[in-house]
Amino acid sequence: MNHRDEPITESVQGSLTTRQGGSEMGRRDFLKVLGGGLLVCLAHTSSWAQESGRGFGGHEPSNDLSSWLHIAADGRVKVFTGKVEVGQNIRTSLAQLVAEELRVPFDAITMVMGDTDLTPWDMGTFGSRTTPTMGPQLRTMAAAARQMLLEIAAQRWHMAPAGLTAAGGKVTDPQNTRSLTYGELSRGEKLLKTVSSEQRLTPAPEWKIAGTAVPKAEGRDLVTGKHKYPSDITRPEMMFGAVLRPDGFNATLVSLNTGAAEKLPGIKVVRDGDFIGLVAPDAFAAQRALAAIEAKWNVPAQPSNQGLFAYLKNNPEGGREDGPQYVSGSVGPALAGVALKLEEQYAVAYIAHAPLEPRASVAEWIDGKLTVWTGTQRPFGVRDELMQAFHLSPAEVRVIQPDMGSGYGGKHTGEAAIEAARLAKAVGKPVKVVWTRSEEFTWAYLRPAGLIEIKAGAQRDGTLVAWEHHNYNSGPAAIGTPYSVANQLIQYHAAKSPLRQGSYRGLASTANHFARESHMDGMAHATGIDPLEFRLKNLTDARLRAVFQAAAEKFGWGRLKSTPERGFGIAGGVDKGGYVATCAEVEIDTASKRVRIRRIVQAWECGAIVNPDGLRNQLAGAIVQGIGGALFERILFADGRILNPHFAQYRVPRFSDTPQIEVVLIDRTDLPSAGAGETGLVGLAPAVGNAIFAASGIRLRNMPMAPRSGVPGEPDPGLRS
Amino acid sequence: MGDFVLKVNGARLPVSASPEETLLSVLRNRLDLTGTKYGCGEGQCGACTVLLDGRATRSCLVSVESAAKAKIVTIEGLEQNGKLSTVQQAFLDESAFQCGYCTSGMILGATSLLQERHNPTEEQIVEAMEGHICRCGTYPRIIEAVKRASRLLAQGASR
Repeated sequence: MNHRDEPITESVQGSLTTRQGGSEMGRRDFLKVLGGGLLVCLAHTSSWAQESGRGFGGHEPSNDLSSWLHIAADGRVKVFTGKVEVGQNIRTSLAQLVAEELRVPFDAITMVMGDTDLTPWDMGTFGSRTTPTMGPQLRTMAAAARQMLLEIAAQRWHMAPAGLTAAGGKVTDPQNTRSLTYGELSRGEKLLKTVSSEQRLTPAPEWKIAGTAVPKAEGRDLVTGKHKYPSDITRPEMMFGAVLRPDGFNATLVSLNTGAAEKLPGIKVVRDGDFIGLVAPDAFAAQRALAAIEAKWNVPAQPSNQGLFAYLKNNPEGGREDGPQYVSGSVGPALAGVALKLEEQYAVAYIAHAPLEPRASVAEWIDGKLTVWTGTQRPFGVRDELMQAFHLSPAEVRVIQPDMGSGYGGKHTGEAAIEAARLAKAVGKPVKVVWTRSEEFTWAYLRPAGLIEIKAGAQRDGTLVAWEHHNYNSGPAAIGTPYSVANQLIQYHAAKSPLRQGSYRGLASTANHFARESHMDGMAHATGIDPLEFRLKNLTDARLRAVFQAAAEKFGWGRLKSTPERGFGIAGGVDKGGYVATCAEVEIDTASKRVRIRRIVQAWECGAIVNPDGLRNQLAGAIVQGIGGALFERILFADGRILNPHFAQYRVPRFSDTPQIEVVLIDRTDLPSAGAGETGLVGLAPAVGNAIFAASGIRLRNMPMAPRSGVPGEPDPGLRS
Repeated sequence: MGDFVLKVNGARLPVSASPEETLLSVLRNRLDLTGTKYGCGEGQCGACTVLLDGRATRSCLVSVESAAKAKIVTIEGLEQNGKLSTVQQAFLDESAFQCGYCTSGMILGATSLLQERHNPTEEQIVEAMEGHICRCGTYPRIIEAVKRASRLLAQGASR
């Protein structure tokens, strides 16, 4: 996510703009802890390239270091990065890239991730940025380390490094077949090298470890239950915390009686301004005591689903608007003289990330230093939040992020970390706080709701001439059209959101693609041109054309004719370096009006593929997750309360919702690798909507398109999921 | 508080807890068996699934008092002498996970299913697993893993 482009919550925004303090462990400390060997650091700027060779003088450039790599005397390689593993398989794919450049077996690599005391500062894991940014950084370091090892071997053998080869964790002299392992080369050395980004990297067509389907590094610990997620962390003498939540958003406390709770054994109530929490010897006692607190709240009247989209359009955020994202030609006059015009409104509901592991933290204070284990996509951001909340310096806070039960953009913030730290400070013991499911639905943040208005015009032969696209509140991600249109006016309008909103996997790319690709489908039908042909007629981007054609071919597009019971739809787009095209087959029971997605074919291209199996897993997962927002997921709310904060009321995709999924990968080894965690989501909803239209003639313009019961304030779709 | 002896993974584990405390809470917070996960506490997601007398059960809906009567198997009890159970191995072979938070519950749900039906159809797998949520959307691979385990068991692999 690009934080300048996106509507994000105040707390997220605040922490993103804070200082960029580096890791608190200096590089010299590092070699003490790691016991010598070879430590390589990557500088952001090429000026650091001058500082090379043995030792380093003068500077302490930790703020500019983006990653570290250490080769120990036993040949083990540790790679330090502030990125985190949340299920997207980046622990494995980054290690593949390092193993490739360093010429060591995959198993030699250990990734140390998301620990603010051990890893260099990092903004966070979001926006599909890890593969295109951290990937090349780690490859650069590994290539430099390999070069150093070649030089050390050359010195030992009193020869030039040029004739030596590095492979399989060894440097070999092919002339007389002698060799030294990396461990033998780094043993006894205390080497520090800061390298620039100017290294020759191994081209993808030559990859042997990167580019292959290496199994997930931590897979065995997942199937045995051994992996410790944030909510599994325990500390000696640890207590359990719980926090009293208001009856609604923006509520004020009228009265409070904690007497009954405090009479329960071992309970300590902690009050600090608006914060009311408690600590108990066990989790069960904590929840029982919380239920014994009597609190009365005054909850003011607030907006609800009823009239939400008009509210978003009529309540702009702040004063001056930034102006259009894209403008060319003159839309008004172009539309006036055009043969075909189509003007529609689209809407997307608030939806919840609902990661299966809710927010969880364990906090421990030792001699004034706070250590927090928590599930977050932004460990350094949470460190900043803790520094602010408790007036601490960077050295006084350590945030550790164990690989967590995912986030999907929903765990950028440190609420549970601050709560656990506050309670731990009050009782002088480590405290664990795990949010309940209902707390996670209510007090986390949501994917923004939004209204999108599109006005478009085409000539009778299907040539697009004008495109006007306004997005209210949902966001500007992928708001620009990939199609060639001479006259464009495309604008995002920030609005006052009645609910707390923030990042979500793919951001507004999903909403903007839903509106644009539904509208393109409508234009195609209006011109009488096949929807795929209509798109290709207006599309010059060769990479996007390629995924459309690949998906269509695999799907059998053109041979399949929609009937009232079975519809076929297509949609696609590009965002964050990923190109996607999705074909959907839906089945509609004409009697019950029940919609089921039967088959999805999705073609994907994001440059050189680092791990094809991990990529397929991400893409299939994105399709399944996309089904929820497309058909049935939505937050219902009224007067400051979430009305469906349980899985029994907030429906998420399940086994029976899953269609046959076929993923077609296009591996462009001639192009840099882009991220793949998000954009695989965006084709699903419009492809399904277009398939529903093809079958039924009903154009569904609201996401979710077919909830089991109507969403208050939205037109009843007439269809059910 | 009451004193109970739980029969977990073949061991007898004494524990003090309120009789109405859930088995999930006791496993995780008193016995440090954290492989069993909290996902909703309402029996809606399946993350907390354990075997009670061989049957998949939501440990968030069972009190420690009633669980004390049964033989309990958690994810930690499936691996024997360093060898994964057939279902665990099948999940690993199919990479049937992303973040892995639902995996313990999925494996125990599948283990229970395969004890009742050695060769389930895809429809039967879907029906049996419908109460398990994988928010990462790994369902197609999980179905493949259950089918794989079923095949391996038919070839004589131990459960």
